[in-house]
Amino acid sequence: MTAALGSLGAAVLGLLAAIGRFALFTAETLSHLARPPFYGREFALAVLNIGFFSLPVVGLTALFTGGALALQIYAGSARFSAEAVVPQIVAIGMVRELGPVLVGLMIAARVTSSIAAEIATMKVTEQIDALVTLSTHPMKYLTLPRVLAATLVMPVLVGVGDIIGIFGGFLVGTERLGFNAAGYLQNTADFLEPLDVISSLVKGAVFGFIAALMGCYYGIHSDRGAMGVGRATKTSVVAAAILILAANFILTEAFFSA
Amino acid sequence: MITLTDVHKTFGSNAVLRGVNLHVPKGESMVVIGGSGTGKSVLIKSVLGLVTPDAGTITVDGQDVTRTDRDAFLARFGMLFQGGALFDSLPVWQNVAFRLLRGSLKKPKDEARGIALEKLRRVGLTEDVAYRLPAELSGGMQKRVGLARAIAAEPEIIFFDEPTTGLDPIMAGVINDLIREIVTEMGATAITITHDMSSVRAIADKVAMLHAGKIRWTGPVADMDSSDDPYVDQFIHGRAEGPIAAVR
Repeated sequence: MTAALGSLGAAVLGLLAAIGRFALFTAETLSHLARPPFYGREFALAVLNIGFFSLPVVGLTALFTGGALALQIYAGSARFSAEAVVPQIVAIGMVRELGPVLVGLMIAARVTSSIAAEIATMKVTEQIDALVTLSTHPMKYLTLPRVLAATLVMPVLVGVGDIIGIFGGFLVGTERLGFNAAGYLQNTADFLEPLDVISSLVKGAVFGFIAALMGCYYGIHSDRGAMGVGRATKTSVVAAAILILAANFILTEAFFSA
Repeated sequence: MITLTDVHKTFGSNAVLRGVNLHVPKGESMVVIGGSGTGKSVLIKSVLGLVTPDAGTITVDGQDVTRTDRDAFLARFGMLFQGGALFDSLPVWQNVAFRLLRGSLKKPKDEARGIALEKLRRVGLTEDVAYRLPAELSGGMQKRVGLARAIAAEPEIIFFDEPTTGLDPIMAGVINDLIREIVTEMGATAITITHDMSSVRAIADKVAMLHAGKIRWTGPVADMDSSDDPYVDQFIHGRAEGPIAAVR
């Protein structure tokens, strides 16, 4: 009994210590926003890598999801003769939930893993020590530009994903399910409210922040060797995905609870 | 100039440094020898602040390294890392000029590039190398780029961490000669850590042997062979038998 309680206590203490370390890491990252120098080139590269080069994967994910959503809603609503709601439900589903969450998860897969692997490799090969000896703060040079870029470009990616997702539903609706194109678009536009779009973009910013921060955190705290890099990469993606889903629930509750 | 007094450092249950005392006067080339895992890298990383000692003091020109302006302090140092530690995403010349393109030593881009090209020439690399990425270079070339980066800002103090590890004997000789020439012509204070005895003989003014977390012996390189310390004797002759356990 005492041993079991001891193990439980150790696990709780370990969890609290990890939360503390992560909170300090987050606070230190944000503190560099107010402390020059700011590395513009690193920020621009991060915008390019996280934003521009993610567009194809975001676009394809959203396109197929929107199309599948239209098919599912059509099949489901046909059971009670409500097929006409397809445009509205696709729009609300993509903008409020699927757009931000799927883009967030795709960014976690593509960007978090890449950031974690890159920074962990830099740590293992002493590049981070080299940065310090060259009077360059690793948090300022590596973490802040990536976190800031992800936070700023993710709303754009989510917006693009929302539009492409709705377009996927539109294509399926008009080409496969026989909806009138003008009517489909009119119903979509009429049904969406500003809060839907705002919530989508805010979720995007939060998910981008989480995705980049987790990549940086696990990269900088990676263990040595190839196994350490692999573990950092895997853990960062899992942690980012779980935090994104948890944050999605909290934000949905905050925006849409009655 | 650099003085370590009773420096201790433990990682978990592994006491790596157990009271290191070492003094390196200005302009001297000190080589620290010792087996793998004896804490040689930890020693120089402690001076640079990359590792925080658990106890003891480290001073540079009498100033405690933990109580100085970090940027100004680090601007006095250059370091060649064991694996080069070049930044993969930057071309060679930007690696060399890294310190000159940002921070307190920032210079106009063209001037920084000119200095980088000159330093690359100094270590025997041609201009075409400057525009390649580090991954396109051989191990020896990467070491030389690392050396060029270490001296780019004309530091007063240079650290070399295992400068010849992984190189063939000819390239190791080239690097050793370069280090000796550069340290002499710049008048820099240097600490080199190595277990390559040819490096020791080429680079050192003085030698210190680190064993079991302490400086076991220190003296001029000329006295090393006649040292009556059995640990030094075993190490420099590479004998499996002796007071240093071959299996650690």
